[in-house]
Amino acid sequence: MTVSRIVEKHGNNRENLLQIMHDIQDAATDRCLHRDVLDELSDIMNIPVADLVGTATFYSMFSLTPRGRHIIRLCESPPCYILGSDNILEALRERLDIGIGETTPDGLFTLEHTSCLGACGVAPVMSIDDEVYGNLTTGKVNAIIDQIVENQIAAARNRK
Amino acid sequence: MAQPRTVVMVPVDADTVTIGARAVKNRFAEAIGRRGLAAEVSVLEVGSFGPSDAGVIAAVQPDGIVYGGLSPERVDRIVEEHFVKGRPCREWLLAGEHPLPDPRATDSRHTQYAGRIVLDNCGRINPENIDEYIANDGYFAFAKALSEMRPDAVVEQVKKSGLRGRGGAGFPTGIKWGFCAAETGPEKYVICNADEGEPGTFKDRLIMEGDPHKVIEGMALCGYAIGANQGYIYIRGEYKLSIERLRQAITAARAYGLLGKNILDSGFDFDIDIKIGAGAYVCGEETALIESMEGKRGLPRLKPPFPAQQGFRNKPTNVNNVETLANIPAIVYRGADWFRRAGTESMPGTKVYTILGHVRRPGLIEVSGGVTLRDIIDDYAGGMQSGSFKMAQLGGTAGDLLGEEMLDVPLNYDALEKVGHVLGSGAILIMNETIGVCDFLHACMRFFAHESCGNCNPCRNGLRWLSVITERLKSGTGYPGDIEIMEEIATVLKTAAFCPLGQSPAGPLNSALRYFRPEIEKGIDVTSARPKPDHTARALATFAG
Repeated sequence: MTVSRIVEKHGNNRENLLQIMHDIQDAATDRCLHRDVLDELSDIMNIPVADLVGTATFYSMFSLTPRGRHIIRLCESPPCYILGSDNILEALRERLDIGIGETTPDGLFTLEHTSCLGACGVAPVMSIDDEVYGNLTTGKVNAIIDQIVENQIAAARNRK
Repeated sequence: MAQPRTVVMVPVDADTVTIGARAVKNRFAEAIGRRGLAAEVSVLEVGSFGPSDAGVIAAVQPDGIVYGGLSPERVDRIVEEHFVKGRPCREWLLAGEHPLPDPRATDSRHTQYAGRIVLDNCGRINPENIDEYIANDGYFAFAKALSEMRPDAVVEQVKKSGLRGRGGAGFPTGIKWGFCAAETGPEKYVICNADEGEPGTFKDRLIMEGDPHKVIEGMALCGYAIGANQGYIYIRGEYKLSIERLRQAITAARAYGLLGKNILDSGFDFDIDIKIGAGAYVCGEETALIESMEGKRGLPRLKPPFPAQQGFRNKPTNVNNVETLANIPAIVYRGADWFRRAGTESMPGTKVYTILGHVRRPGLIEVSGGVTLRDIIDDYAGGMQSGSFKMAQLGGTAGDLLGEEMLDVPLNYDALEKVGHVLGSGAILIMNETIGVCDFLHACMRFFAHESCGNCNPCRNGLRWLSVITERLKSGTGYPGDIEIMEEIATVLKTAAFCPLGQSPAGPLNSALRYFRPEIEKGIDVTSARPKPDHTARALATFAG
C-alpha cells in the first residue's frame, strides 16, 4: 500500500499518526520507516519531518534504520533478568554474532532489547516477530534459531 | 450462521505455548475438521485459566470438562472418544484440583473461581461469542442502568462500592467519575488504559483475552455515568491477541445495538474505538497516554488541569485501568453492598495479581484484599520453586521491595501504607537467596533509565546516575558515599520529578536500603577513593554515551 493510501485509510489527522506509522513500517520489507517515506508523509499530513522523526524515535516499536526479516526482542525487565535473561542474551550474541540493535549480514535477524512482553509467568522471554517464546535456555534458543533458518532454507528451495 | 454447540478452549498464552499448547490447539481443529464436526465444535485459543501445573489443558464447554497433560497424539484419542463417541475420555480428565471454573465450588484455593468478580468468565465462556457473555448476566448492568438508573445514581453506586483504581495508584474510582461528571459540555471521553507496561504485570492482557465484553460494558457504563458518547481503548502494540479480541467484541456489540446510536431505545449514544500504542512505558501515565493518543510523543502533561477537566482533545476525559473497568458491571448490576462483601473496608472487592519469579506455579490469581504474601506464596503459587524466600517486589518494577518480615502483612492499601509500602499494579515478584539486592536494583534502575522520557532533569539524569551507581555496587566497586548519593537522588526524584515514572524509582531504592542495607554496603570497596570529577569535553561525551 502506498503512503497516501495508508493515510487515507486511517484519516489524515495527527491523532492517527501512530497507526499510520505502524502500517507503513509493517508494509516495508526491511521493517523500518525510511527517510524518503517520512518526507512523503510529511507532505501529505503537513507535519514537519523533524516532528515525525521525533515521534517515531520516542517509541521503541518504530525503527529508522533497516532491520532484518525477523526481529528478535529479548525482554530485559527485572522479572526476566532474575531468571537469567543475561545468559540468553549471551547465547543469542554467540549464535548470531551480532549485538543489540544490529542485524545479521544475511538480513535474516535483528536483535533488540524490549521491556516487559507481559509473559513473565514463563520468564525469561523473547519474541520473534509476533511469536513469544518463554522458559528459555541456551539450548532452546539455538533450537528456535535453527528452526527459523531451516524454514527459510526450505522456503527458498520451494521457490526454486 | 448457526453457532457451534460445543467449544473447545485451549489456553494458549505465552505460559503454555512453550509446552506445545498451540500444537494441541491446531491438532484439535484438524481432528475435528477431519471428522466433519467443524460446524458443531469450534476450537478456540483463550487466555490462561489461572495457575496450573497440569501441562497443556483444554476445556470443553458447555460440557464442563477439562483435560490436562495434553499432547497432539492424545488429542486424536480425545476427539475420537469425546466428540465422535460422545463420552469423556477418562484417562486425561482433570479431577479435583483442575483449573476449570466450577460455579458450584465454594472453596478451591488452587483455582479460586469462587468469589471471582473480574475473571469469573475467563475460561468459562467463549470470549469470541457475545451470546455467552450475555447468558452469564453480561450487559445486564448496562441495560439496568439505561432503563432504571440516572447517570448520577451510577456514579453514586460506584462511589459507594469503594472501588479503587486497579492500575497502581489506587485512587477511588467513583470520586474520579464524579469529577468528570461534574464538567458541563457535550464532548467528553472515556479512555480505557490498556497500556500495561509495568514489568511483571499481565493481568489486563488476560482479562481482555478472556472476557473482552466485560471491559466494553464497563466503559459503556462509565460513558453513561459521566455523560460521554465516545470511548477509546489505548492498548499496547505488543498485545496482538487482545487487540484482535477487542476489535471482534466491539463489532459484535455494535451488531447487537449495545454500542452505537440510541442504545436500547434509551436515547444514549456510545461507541468505542481502539488506539494502538507503539512501545513506551511512560504512556501508562494518563496524561502521557492522552498525548500519545493525539499522535504525539508520549510526554506527561502538567497537572492541573487534570484529564477530568482537560484531557483528550482538551475535553473532559476519564481514564481508567482495564481491571477497574472490568469491576464496574458487577457493581452496577449487583450493587455496592454485594461488592463490599469481598475484601476489606479500605479495599473492597477483589484484586488480580500476577505471581512470578522463583515460585512453583507462577500465574494469575484473583483474591480478596486481605490475603498476605505468605498465603500467596504457599497456597496459591505452590511454595518456592527452589531455595528460600529472600525478598519480594510488590507492584512491578516501580514497586517496593519487601523483606521476610513483611510476609504476614495483608495486601491492601491501608495495611501496607501503615508499614510504609504501596500495593502497586498487582505484580508480585518472588526472589530467593540467589538474587543479589544490588544486582536486582541495577536491573530496575537500568529499566527506568531506559524508559525515562527525558522531559525533566531529575528523571533524565537521576535515573542515569542510579543505574551507573548500582552497576558499581553490583560488581563490588562502589565508592564510599555512593549509598548516601543514591539516597539524595531518590529524595530529589521523589520531590522534583515531573511524573510518577520519575518519582517511583525511589520506592524500590529506599525499601531495598530499609531491608538490605548491610548487603548493599558490601558493594562498596572501602579502599577506593572517588575519582576527581573530570569535566573535560571528552569525559562528558563518554558519559553521554
